[in-house]
Amino acid sequence: MQTDRREFLKSTGAFIVLTSAAALAWDSLVAGTPEAASTYKLHDHWWAFAVDIEKCIGCGNCVRACKAENNVPLEPYYFRTWVERYHVPRGDIERPEVDSPNGGYDGFPLRYQPGDGSKNFFVPKLCNHCSHSPCTQVCPVGATFESPDGAVLVDKTYCLGCRYCVQACPYGCRFIDPRTMTVDKCSLCYHRITKGLTTACCETCPTGARMLGDLKNPKDPMHEFLRNHKILVLKPQMATGAKLYYNGLDGSVR
Amino acid sequence: MESMIHGVEGFMYPNEIELQWSILIVLYPYITGLVAGAFILASLERVFNVEEVKPTYRLALLTALAFLLVAPLPLQLHLGRPERAFEMFLTPHTTSAMAMFGFVYLWYLMAVLVLEIWLDYRKEIVLRARRSTGGMRQLYRAMALWSDNISERSLDIDDKLGRFITILGVPSAFLLHGYVGFIFGSIKANPWWSTPVMPVVFLFSAMVSGIALVMLVYMVACWMRGTAIDMRCLDTIARYLLYTFIIDFALEMLDLIHRIYEADESFKTLDFMVHSRLYFPHIIVQIVLGTILPIGLLGLVQLMRLTESQRKGFYATAGVLTLIGIFAMRWNVVIGGQLFSKSFLGYTTYKLDFATREGLLSATIILLLPFLILWVLVKLLPPWSHQEPAV
Repeated sequence: MQTDRREFLKSTGAFIVLTSAAALAWDSLVAGTPEAASTYKLHDHWWAFAVDIEKCIGCGNCVRACKAENNVPLEPYYFRTWVERYHVPRGDIERPEVDSPNGGYDGFPLRYQPGDGSKNFFVPKLCNHCSHSPCTQVCPVGATFESPDGAVLVDKTYCLGCRYCVQACPYGCRFIDPRTMTVDKCSLCYHRITKGLTTACCETCPTGARMLGDLKNPKDPMHEFLRNHKILVLKPQMATGAKLYYNGLDGSVR
Repeated sequence: MESMIHGVEGFMYPNEIELQWSILIVLYPYITGLVAGAFILASLERVFNVEEVKPTYRLALLTALAFLLVAPLPLQLHLGRPERAFEMFLTPHTTSAMAMFGFVYLWYLMAVLVLEIWLDYRKEIVLRARRSTGGMRQLYRAMALWSDNISERSLDIDDKLGRFITILGVPSAFLLHGYVGFIFGSIKANPWWSTPVMPVVFLFSAMVSGIALVMLVYMVACWMRGTAIDMRCLDTIARYLLYTFIIDFALEMLDLIHRIYEADESFKTLDFMVHSRLYFPHIIVQIVLGTILPIGLLGLVQLMRLTESQRKGFYATAGVLTLIGIFAMRWNVVIGGQLFSKSFLGYTTYKLDFATREGLLSATIILLLPFLILWVLVKLLPPWSHQEPAV
């Protein structure tokens, strides 16, 4: 059989273009009609989170509430949020002693005596919901992404479980859920905040040390909090555009 | 609880206690490195006209192909959801270095390696198809893409195109492995990985390991076939191995000295790691046994007058040590980069399983598989037919 080059290019070209078009059409058919839009509008919000270290008492309510609300595995190495205890002897910020038994889930057993000349405090941690997040940058399929409302989310139905994002997060906020073998992390209780509720951890914090804020809402108390305190983010040198703001963050915290 | 986090020293972020990337991810840069190195050795003959290494030209190409075919396997096996791997081709995320893997890989496999081997062997495939009968005839005919044309003109085109592809192949091999280095080097969260030298170090160590591999495969193949080794070829390969090794070592030392002198926030932590849990694989295996010793052996051959059998012994020892050393280098990058906490306050331990999906057994099988493939390839496409070594 003789096929000239023009003929060959035409038929293969048509084959490639038409198959991908059919694939696209099939995808949109399978996806069906989108759900009716709720009143929540992505572009009307810009979520941020604030932690007041001076108010945290290390009770672990937030950790327990988070695990219960978000069905996080109970083993001691899977946390969407956790609390660290810092013990800084004689103000030596180069060499803090840090512990986080079971992520603070069970509270903290008494370990340090008052009046020993040390500085002691708790640091609750969670996803920083960075606006230039290194984790979403490296995801090979875009299964994790920055939502237009400022939340960094994961599409569990799309994640490959390659763990590159876990490596790329400077704060240790991600883990692989052993049940789905996909990545998991704080979603800012997205299912709650899009319905006008606050996060489970904020809801249960007895001292108000944790605060969810919408920076696009001019009346949000977060604005005042950020204005009236000395604010710092974790590892600012990473330049990730972190939106987890701390009041009272000590130089020893990393 | 305490027993579950056994192996942790100091403080790790809770989610960091489990290591993310196992021995399979150590194999990935190791195998692609062998591919890139073997290919670059093959190109020496074709692009840079180093006539001496001609006896290994085809063998190097087949070795590269055998290893390249296995390269995606450890990645695939490591994925939490392997059935979704194909999404990387359909919806690649353009800012992700990892998303480019499939494309770089396919380009290298199909556009460079397979095509170059095919063009080089085409005449013989056609001749074999004419000679053989039954199933083998069908196989060779299919391999020749059912073409029977070996006219002067067509062979001339094969040769020209083959040369062009080899020239294209050299930057492609650089891309394949330099890119693997970038996957690690671009992670700013991890100070053990994050350095712009990483792709270059990966590239040169790839060349070192690939050259050593082909050298050993050539020696073993000659021994198995009972033919004499072309010593001019072996000496030349060993010389190139020495040169690239020196560059590789210099680059790694540059990185090390830079780190020690700058001594940034991560230095104390990494320094302690290298002197404690990474001491054996890094200092002993990688640097002393896997780098200084083979460089010394190869260097001695240049300085001393040794008999043929002495040189063979030196080369074989240096080759094996090199392969172990480069494996240790990949291990120290991948595993070492996960042993310390990003809080710089503690260390964890990597526990290597045996008969699990990511255990030692899978790793061993993956590492032996290319040799099996190479054996089949050599049977199908004998690399020694047109250039028997002078006996």
